[in-house]
Amino acid sequence: MEVPILKQGEFLIAMFQAALSDADLENLRRGLLQQVVRFRSRGVIVDVTAMDVMDSFASRTLREIAHMIRLRGAETVIVGIQPEVAFAMVQLGLTLEGVSTALDLEEGLAYLIEKSKIAD
Amino acid sequence: MSAAEIRVPIESDQDIVSARQAGRTLAIEFGLSGVDATFIATAISELARNILAYARKGEIMLRAIHGSGRRGILVVASDRGPGIRDIQQALRDGFSTSGSLGLGLPGVRRLMDEFEIESRPGRGTTVSVKKWKQ
Repeated sequence: MEVPILKQGEFLIAMFQAALSDADLENLRRGLLQQVVRFRSRGVIVDVTAMDVMDSFASRTLREIAHMIRLRGAETVIVGIQPEVAFAMVQLGLTLEGVSTALDLEEGLAYLIEKSKIAD
Repeated sequence: MSAAEIRVPIESDQDIVSARQAGRTLAIEFGLSGVDATFIATAISELARNILAYARKGEIMLRAIHGSGRRGILVVASDRGPGIRDIQQALRDGFSTSGSLGLGLPGVRRLMDEFEIESRPGRGTTVSVKKWKQ
């Protein structure tokens, strides 16, 4: 299953599906980094609204994506973590330390726009 | 008194997805809440990941269960891998022998209501967890 990556101005938006395998997540990590380089993107939104499980591998991959993209000088924001998914992550002891999060796509975009204004 | 059993062989990362989806579906069908179904699916994901990481293959068995007037879901993750030498250590937070992945057993224990583990070096590991309807 491939994760669609949409280009919205100087930002990229990746929409996660519910049933992503580890291989899908690794492909996404590669794809996102390639596109950030290709489009010289200033920010990336990863929308996980549809994800029903965030396990150790998924959260580690998200952290890695955010850190790699930061090394490229761009920002990442994770949006749409469902309340029960957040609850399960806390019980499991998973954190997304150092990764920005926002409620939904709209707030994620607002966050990135604000960030890129500061950078200008 | 038990409903049908679901057995999901775990041999690839795609099987992790199948197992956790089967767990969520069973939990919802059996009347557990969305939060409980998410806890069960997340626990299955971690247990299946341990099977792949340490034993390469194994099985996740799911069953709807009844006990003292309650209903719940039983998940049994079993493999014939190398086993866990020090179970006490494996149950401590932050312990993992395969890098930062796998063996999130303390977390799985927190997600579920009951947790049992049996492991023999060279023989394999069986983790049984239950979640009761709140």
